[in-house]
Amino acid sequence: MALTIQRHMTFDVPWLPGKTVTIWNVDAKIVFQAKGKPVLAKLTTPMTQSGYTQISQNATSPGYGLSFINQKSSPQTQWSIRKATGKQTLYYHIQLGVMDKQSDLPITQMPSIEEQAKSNRGALASKAIIAVANETSADANSFTTELLKMLNAKNKNQNISTLISRKKSKIELLTFLLNEAKIPNKRVGVLRLKDGRRNQHLIQMIEVYQKNSNNVITKKLYDADHIQSVDRTGLLIWDESNRSLLDITGGYKSKVSFAMIKEDAHALAPIIQNIKHNQLFDFSIHSLLIEDQALFKGILMIPLGVLIVVIMRILIGIGTSGTFMPVLIAMAFVQTSLITGLIGFILIVGVGLVIRSYLSQLNLLLVSRISTVIIMVILLIALFGVLAFKLGLTEGLKMTFFPMIILSWTIERMSVLWEEEGPKEVLTQGGGSLLIAVLTYFAMSNDIMRHLMFNFIGLQFVVMSFVLSLGTYTGYRLLELRRFKPLADKE
Amino acid sequence: MFFTSPFKLKSKGVMGMNQRNCAYINRYNPREFYPLVDNKLKTKLIAKEANITTPALLGVITMQAQVAHIEQYIKNDKGFVIKPAKGSGGKGILVITKIEQGRYYKSNGKEVEISEIQRHVTNILSGLFSLCGSIDVAIVEALIQFDNAFEGFSFEGVPDIRVIVFMGFPIMAMMRLSTAASDGKANLHQGAIGVGIDITTGKAINAVQFDLPVSHHPDTNKVLRELQVPKWSRLIRLAASCYEMCNLGYLGADMVLDKEHGPMLLELNARPGLAIQIANSQGILTRLKLIESLGKEHNMNIDERVVFSKKNFSIQP
Repeated sequence: MALTIQRHMTFDVPWLPGKTVTIWNVDAKIVFQAKGKPVLAKLTTPMTQSGYTQISQNATSPGYGLSFINQKSSPQTQWSIRKATGKQTLYYHIQLGVMDKQSDLPITQMPSIEEQAKSNRGALASKAIIAVANETSADANSFTTELLKMLNAKNKNQNISTLISRKKSKIELLTFLLNEAKIPNKRVGVLRLKDGRRNQHLIQMIEVYQKNSNNVITKKLYDADHIQSVDRTGLLIWDESNRSLLDITGGYKSKVSFAMIKEDAHALAPIIQNIKHNQLFDFSIHSLLIEDQALFKGILMIPLGVLIVVIMRILIGIGTSGTFMPVLIAMAFVQTSLITGLIGFILIVGVGLVIRSYLSQLNLLLVSRISTVIIMVILLIALFGVLAFKLGLTEGLKMTFFPMIILSWTIERMSVLWEEEGPKEVLTQGGGSLLIAVLTYFAMSNDIMRHLMFNFIGLQFVVMSFVLSLGTYTGYRLLELRRFKPLADKE
Repeated sequence: MFFTSPFKLKSKGVMGMNQRNCAYINRYNPREFYPLVDNKLKTKLIAKEANITTPALLGVITMQAQVAHIEQYIKNDKGFVIKPAKGSGGKGILVITKIEQGRYYKSNGKEVEISEIQRHVTNILSGLFSLCGSIDVAIVEALIQFDNAFEGFSFEGVPDIRVIVFMGFPIMAMMRLSTAASDGKANLHQGAIGVGIDITTGKAINAVQFDLPVSHHPDTNKVLRELQVPKWSRLIRLAASCYEMCNLGYLGADMVLDKEHGPMLLELNARPGLAIQIANSQGILTRLKLIESLGKEHNMNIDERVVFSKKNFSIQP
């Protein structure tokens, strides 16, 4: 129980399955002309950052060798091919979950300040600007704000004007000035996330770094057109490498564009991904492949079914043919849907009983008789499947989900029961089994239950403790209250 | 009301299935002795050693090859019973009561082909009736010629007497009478009548069919209250001595009364049912508690235990 609560608290695993979370699917498309030589393309990709958690990344590129290089400061995706000619298109796909709890990785190092090429012209102007800004500011952030005020002022002072005319853009100038002033900064490429946008490009912005009194480095994001730092919601810092976004050899006329789609997905996905980062929880089921997880999703429901059988047998007192047969039947129902499953089950067992009654005249040994029944059941399933398909009922094909060996044993047992105790006993036992199977089905197919049992492994122990405590229950069963009624009423 | 209150049952000392399994069978019946009672052949063998009479053993069929020659075991007899050694709940028991000119008849007069008998034995050998489907052997026993005292009380079958023996004390007894509904079998859930028998006198107390009280046998119309088991003291002493034989603390001993040989042990049951309480219209728990309160150091022998039971568990109707 505590484990369950802990999983909710620490990892934000939601209690209910309905909670969804926004997921951004972003595609980067690289187009370039290949020269007919070996091609090596390196695309800088986003780092873990505040507000987002990476769920998956992959790349499509016919014929290219692919590798994801996970450098500390800048992850890269690298495509390579021996020879390529003509127009080439490469895709990189990343899935990001929007998550409030996610924060930036701690910054351990200030970005290095680039040495500016010394040029006499403009050096005086920049010194003057820095001096002014320095005078009116206290730290790196306020300094940047002062610079931006001057850059964006309507009546620019002369020093600024001279510098702007020499630099390509305001952002270039800002970088230059910050470097001159020895303020750690970084040029980043930022993507504005908007649903369904295509052909988007990175916006150039500047991150300004500052060390506070506790020696913790913080950063703020600025664009050149606004004085205040930029609000990061809806922005994805794609390229933090301080180098180029795309580095290509063997190609020319390269272009990178972005497309993005927003989707609301199951709340778990990003959390699971997040848990993966945590060493301790690497042993969780979520660390398995998706396919194996799906398998466990089914298996982890079995304890619930078993619990129902235990309750039914110990507390209620319903008899079944084969102790845990109802659980297996219920698992088949989960696959087939209830009505189809019920009809299929009754059909197969019914026809099976008829054929089995013929078999009992053949004087066969048990093992070969059971084997015959198994083959018969398989043929029946095939027959019903084909019949249903021909009649246009695709549902019929789902009958293959029934556990055939179990069905065969059920038929065998019921047939013997029929011969010995008559049809009434067959109906009570078969009915009891089906009743429990249907109840189990409802428990096992319940979304909330599935979600809880799968994500909170601790619940397995809760179920186990229930089963254990029921194992020591010595009170009366519900049906015994009925059975012993004549006894109690007698004086 | 459909259900009765559990408190009422408790005050009557009625034992439920869970309590039986948990507090008595699990506690008093060590697992290692189960094979002795679950395998009727073993039961017969140890009963022989302990000088407890059982129906005569005509033959044991252990291999499929023997099935073809089954007639050698059954030919020259008045009647016989074929049963699986590891059967449970009376499953797989074939009773032939009459043999005439090589033709076999069941107790209800239906003829049984020899091929049917062989198929039945084949089924037994392949484990169809055994507790968990394991390979089994078939036992051929002489038919019990039941005592005339039961004439009219049982329809087409041997009435047997189930005695619950707890730590060697006979606790409660019940006679099981087969009916048309039970197809000559003495199993209560198949429709046989259960008649509670007074431990002291061997007289009928109360009778039930399908867990509901009855006063007359549905097929013969005999008044069930008139039932009196003859040779009762011998029978109950024999049942009590089964405790020493098989070491099971909570035990159901199924006894029969043969015309010539008197009381016999038919089989033992390590998991006796609870219907005996309804048949006696008495909870069994108070009696069990009384024996438990004696502790283990009472040092009573069989006769003393029977006397103790007779003194404490009598019901004056």
